[in-house]
Amino acid sequence: MAWTRKVLRVNLTEGTCKEEPLNMQWAKQYLGQRGLGTKYLTEEIDPKCDALGPDNKMIMITGPLTGTAASTGGRYSVVTKSPLTGTVACSNSGGFIGNEIKCAGWDMLIFEGKSPKPVYLYLENDKAQLLPADELWGKSVWETDELIHKKHQDPLIRVACVGRSAEEGCLYAAIVNDLHRAAGRSGVGTVMASKNLKAVAVRGTKGVGNIKDPTAFMKATSDGKKVLAENAVTGEGLPALGTQVLMNVINEVGAMPTRNMKEVQFEGASKISGEAMKEPRPTDGKPNLTTNAGCFACTIACGRISTIDQGHFTIENKPQYWGNSGGLEYEAAWALGSDCGVSDLDALTYVNFLCNEDGMDPISFGATVAAAMELFEEGVITTEHTGGVELKFGSAEALAWAAEVVAKGEGFGRELGLGSKRLCEKYGRPELSMTVKGQEFPAYDPRGIQGMGLTYATSNRGACHLRSYTVSSEILGIPEKTDPLETEGKPELVKAFQDATAAVDSAGLCVFTTFAWTLEDIAPQVNAACEGEWTADSMMEMGERIWNMERDFNIAAGITGDMDTLPKRLLKDVAKTGPAQGKVCNLDDMLPKYYEARGWTADGVPTDETRVRLGLA
Amino acid sequence: MLRSLQIEPEKCTGCLQCEMACSYQAEGVFNPAISRIKVFTFHEEGRFVPYTCTQCSEAWCMHACPVEAIVLNEETGAKDVLADKCVGCKVCTIACPFGTVNYNQKTSVVYKCDLCGGDPECAKACPTDCITYVDSDHTGFERMKAHAAQNLPK
Repeated sequence: MAWTRKVLRVNLTEGTCKEEPLNMQWAKQYLGQRGLGTKYLTEEIDPKCDALGPDNKMIMITGPLTGTAASTGGRYSVVTKSPLTGTVACSNSGGFIGNEIKCAGWDMLIFEGKSPKPVYLYLENDKAQLLPADELWGKSVWETDELIHKKHQDPLIRVACVGRSAEEGCLYAAIVNDLHRAAGRSGVGTVMASKNLKAVAVRGTKGVGNIKDPTAFMKATSDGKKVLAENAVTGEGLPALGTQVLMNVINEVGAMPTRNMKEVQFEGASKISGEAMKEPRPTDGKPNLTTNAGCFACTIACGRISTIDQGHFTIENKPQYWGNSGGLEYEAAWALGSDCGVSDLDALTYVNFLCNEDGMDPISFGATVAAAMELFEEGVITTEHTGGVELKFGSAEALAWAAEVVAKGEGFGRELGLGSKRLCEKYGRPELSMTVKGQEFPAYDPRGIQGMGLTYATSNRGACHLRSYTVSSEILGIPEKTDPLETEGKPELVKAFQDATAAVDSAGLCVFTTFAWTLEDIAPQVNAACEGEWTADSMMEMGERIWNMERDFNIAAGITGDMDTLPKRLLKDVAKTGPAQGKVCNLDDMLPKYYEARGWTADGVPTDETRVRLGLA
Repeated sequence: MLRSLQIEPEKCTGCLQCEMACSYQAEGVFNPAISRIKVFTFHEEGRFVPYTCTQCSEAWCMHACPVEAIVLNEETGAKDVLADKCVGCKVCTIACPFGTVNYNQKTSVVYKCDLCGGDPECAKACPTDCITYVDSDHTGFERMKAHAAQNLPK
């Protein structure tokens, strides 16, 4: 079974917590996490609702393998309507709270309405209580975590909460769990704060059992772990260098978005790379990286635990930042680093700490600062707006200042908290916003990796690398090498990656396993744990069903095919250097073929035939 | 040959696979809350440290037990709890200087590491060889070898 078959419905308006059975018919069609959470959301809310109003709902949901010994089986997702994009939002996080929710006996928590006063949910196995959070409101994630542990006198509670940025309306606020893991993208933290819900604190001691075939499960998970251990990426590259293993690689292939995507290679890349994080600092002789760390059940352990040089300008006289905390991953290092033109590793680590401390998505934050830096250099934003700060590309001081003011929602930080799209529109230069459907780009320039252009344009949550990571194929050759500069075959490749990823995102597993695993490795683990017949083919079909369900939600929300596009900069301005020199992203070559491969109309709407085939009609 | 669990904390990533393997072997459920081995996170220091019973020769828990519910397993050297004899008085939990014997409210008896009868699951589940099961007389061999290697001509 693997599912606990229990849902907790928390009505924040009424202040009630009620148990209800999991809809097992849906569970067998959508598995868990992203798929099942989105199914509940689409059934329960009006896609046109105000994302920050009481009619939106926020779902925290585990997968059937969450809390089991399957490698990386500790994930949970937050599913809601995004205030940043207006699309469906589904942000996935590791750490330890996913397991804790499951161990407390729950598959999912549904939050609806809006509490009249700040509250937090305290969940101890079957006991669910909404408690006053007046003393927590206005506190950072790190303070909230500490206060909750003190109050309940239980060091083993796991906490997911929002920081001050979310309370202040920053549109890309994250929900941070276990101090430095986050459901990061699309502003899911902003939704949580809009409901006056500060934190979810969980203690579960029941464990996860009810595996359909325990012998088969232990064999399948053990086989899976062996595959991960023996793979060069998951067994060596990721544990040693984290996702930062990519910094030098992507820069070399000329797909490193730099200075608000004006360029495709960053001269400072090696200084902010995974390799650089291991070099002893000249000042204190310690490397930035202390150790690698695993999320719950993860045998890859790509997480970074880092320190900042105590003499660095960002943390002088601030002892609260002198210890270890979550270090730079590639996306953060790119967004804060090359996109802002900053190559000061300690400064980036400091800003990354602040993103964890007050719950900002470092991708959207970094990309928004990059857009603001371009607006500043164009003379549109001036020191009058910034209160005297020279918001120039390459300025570590300006970047650190920006993080401090967004974290607390102070002054110009409130404008930076709007995200790149709204900021650039406000200052009359919408073309400078590097976003799709309002969400900022991640770390791969689609002029140098063409498939990623189609990925961004068609992602159901706006620009995102985690919806179809074709970098695997186009750069790393997984599962097979394709030419990153060619568009031929990419529509089919993107569709396959999107469907497979949607399936992985619904299981309770981490998508990073797919550097080594295919659905042929994953399906036996799911099948041994869960009722029903789960094969690679049935999971792929489920992924396609999920993709189309998300698309239908977005269309109903008013997000249509004409928004499946990219900023002009990527379609018209050629890459200036590197292997992609002279190239733009040829989205027009790919998009119509993609719609055809999906079984959608020329306007990007799923046909009735497609809906019937997938059981969506 | 007796063997012991050897723990090298610097290799631990905090993934808790050991806790799951332990609880699954002992109780048939993935449940860190009842694992006999526990991984402690020292956040500020950036360290993870697994800790469990070291099977003392003159075990405080065994000597303290008033009903002889903790016995030496001659084969493995483990001090095993006989659940049907244990009366849940918790004296052993007080006697143990390391805190590795604990009471379970649900079963009303204490529980501790029994080396899984000589084939500890935690060691098999550890992905980084942070936990190994080695000859009790030579738990320092690998560290000695590493230090010896430093003296090799460069």
